[in-house]
Amino acid sequence: MIEFPDIVNIPLAAWIDSAMSWLLKHMDGFFDVIGLIILQVVMAFEAVFLFIPWFIVIPLIGLAGWKLVKSWKMALVFIVMLLMIGSFGYWDLAMRTLSLVIASVFFSLLIGIPLGITMAGSDRAEGILKPLLDGMQTMPSFVYLIPALMFFGMGKVPAMVATIIYAVPPVIRLTNVGIRTVDREAVEASKAFGATPRQVLFDVQLPLAKPSIMVGINQTTMMALAMVVIGSMIGAKGLGMEVLLAINRIEVGRGFEAGISIVFLAIIIDRITFSFSEKNEKRK
Amino acid sequence: MSDNAKEKPAETVQVEIRNLWKVFGRDPKKIVNGPLKDKSKEEIKKKTGCVVAMRNINLDIRKGEFYILMGLSGSGKSTLIRNLIRLVNPTSGSVTINGENVTKMSSEDLLQFRRKTFGMVFQHYGLLPHMTVLDNAAYGLKVRGLPKGERFAKAMRSLETVGLKGWEDSYPGALSGGMQQRVGLARALANDPEILLMDEPFSGLDPLIRRQMQDELVELQDRLQKTIIFVTHDLHEALKLGDRIAIMRNGEVVQVGSPEEIVTQPADEYVEEFVKDASPAKVLTAGSIMEDAKVLLYNWEGPKTALTLLRSHKRKAAFVVDKGHKLLGVIKESTLEKLIEADEKPSILPSDSIRKVSTVNEDTILEDLFSIVNENPYPIPVLRGDGRLAGVVTTDQIFESISPAEGENHD
Ligand SMILES: Nc1ncnc2c1ncn2[C@@H]1O[C@H](COP(=O)(O)OP(=O)(O)OP(=O)(O)O)[C@@H](O)[C@H]1O
Ligand SMILES: [Mg+2]
Repeated sequence: MIEFPDIVNIPLAAWIDSAMSWLLKHMDGFFDVIGLIILQVVMAFEAVFLFIPWFIVIPLIGLAGWKLVKSWKMALVFIVMLLMIGSFGYWDLAMRTLSLVIASVFFSLLIGIPLGITMAGSDRAEGILKPLLDGMQTMPSFVYLIPALMFFGMGKVPAMVATIIYAVPPVIRLTNVGIRTVDREAVEASKAFGATPRQVLFDVQLPLAKPSIMVGINQTTMMALAMVVIGSMIGAKGLGMEVLLAINRIEVGRGFEAGISIVFLAIIIDRITFSFSEKNEKRK
Repeated sequence: MSDNAKEKPAETVQVEIRNLWKVFGRDPKKIVNGPLKDKSKEEIKKKTGCVVAMRNINLDIRKGEFYILMGLSGSGKSTLIRNLIRLVNPTSGSVTINGENVTKMSSEDLLQFRRKTFGMVFQHYGLLPHMTVLDNAAYGLKVRGLPKGERFAKAMRSLETVGLKGWEDSYPGALSGGMQQRVGLARALANDPEILLMDEPFSGLDPLIRRQMQDELVELQDRLQKTIIFVTHDLHEALKLGDRIAIMRNGEVVQVGSPEEIVTQPADEYVEEFVKDASPAKVLTAGSIMEDAKVLLYNWEGPKTALTLLRSHKRKAAFVVDKGHKLLGVIKESTLEKLIEADEKPSILPSDSIRKVSTVNEDTILEDLFSIVNENPYPIPVLRGDGRLAGVVTTDQIFESISPAEGENHD
């Protein structure tokens, strides 16, 4: 076998490291502020979900199953699954995980939808963002944990930062696709009547792209859930940490209970967010 | 329709298109200003990858005119109509509407201009599926910032105009194609625009619905007197609706003229091919082929004069008019002879001796003359709008003007 020549050595790792340390040194204050904002938001969600007692949350989610998913059977399934999570003793951890997911999705949408709109409005923006998004989605999820850890230390905040970055591509992509595939004549009609770009966006593009954006939100949420679980590796409290502990201690039963609780959460979140996109399609 | 244009007084040009070019692709200015300018569309496409959608277009569209843009697919009709309100920006040239240079307008002025002057109707309707029919019809008014009550009142009136009363709370998806296009029309009319832009509005409709919509549009135009710029690639639609027709090919205007001119004097082979299956009988009007009545009798002159006149022209019968030049009918030589032989000679031609005949108007198309030709042996009298005799049409004239070989030199 012929070895790859040592002389050809691109020190990419070294470059990235030095860039990171530069950022750490000069942008420290900036990251502190971001971390603080993220922390406040997730704490607010946690406070709400941990404050409302389980006997209110469970019927509420059941109701959501009935009204949004439009199936009383699904409502029943939701309730049973939530009761099982409670019976495993994981209610609080499940609520913490849920808060992390919702807070992360909140930030993902805050970043992703405007980016998607920008991308739809400019071919150049699309040209730059598209390969970036492709790259982000093929990257193994835990790669995001390392820089997050460096900038924000241990705990919830870095886990969320990693989650936001990992989960944001689908909503950007589908907002872009949704807007770009809006009926061209509907957009032209709006413009022909003298609509401002803002009016075109809110009267035509966003409403008509809604089903597609909702699918994006659904995917982003599911990815956020997956990442939040991994985020427990750097200290985000929640169901993921239970799985991690169980693995370390080789407690199969406990790992299974925590694992299946995550699956239940996933099913509930998926069905509810998916119902938004379906409902919009029917009205068309 | 075609004669309306002629009757209209002092025609003001409302839309003035000058040297308008549109080239799609990279660095389009370079083509318009460079040596490639005069090369063919295909050659430019091959050399630079750019598409010449409009080449040096010059048109004048008059106020109140029903103006048709016609041409094969890809000839640049949609591009041209979109340039008028800059949904597509021209590469060079100018568009002046109501004296304002649209090409030079700031984007803020452009928005205001689109709002107050235009209504547009699209081939696939361009409706907003998440809004009710009423909201759709009121959309232009909403963009203009009218309060809810006022814009709904106006939109309702507009929906009534197009015959959609009672559908205001439905969603467009629940309507048939014809009805959706009515919503599109109502939306355009709600603004009370001066100029209606219509890009193949009826192409997607069934023939029957299509004809019905055409008829209604003609009626609407007669009533509202809007300037209508209408894109189609259907010749029959163009002939039926248009006051004037501009024929486009590969981004160029090859001929502008009335339906009659287009059919009878096609400018080149392309237009000829286009109008090949158009029967002149459908576009030529009685007014355009009629001639003066050679012998005309005046009822107050009495039978004797009439008979003398008739005999001197070697005619067996002639038309009779009154002092106001209104047609009374036809009188025969034999009838006149009887009148003279009678005991009491009438000083004027008595009305009971004058036979009534079928008449036509100046803008009756030849097709509608056929049945009358067969009905009586006389030339057909052609009347003005006020009932005065304008001229006559003979059977020979009709057949001469519709036979294709003679179509070109009939005048
Ligand atoms: N956005 C665009 N980018 C590139 N080329 C375009 C664009 N829009 C139109 N063209 C080209 O410009 C030419 C004129 O197109 P246009 O749509 O104006 O034709 P049309 O007469 O309306 O045809 P149709 O009857 O099919 O609607 C065509 O060759 C078309 O391919
Ligand atoms: Mg077109």
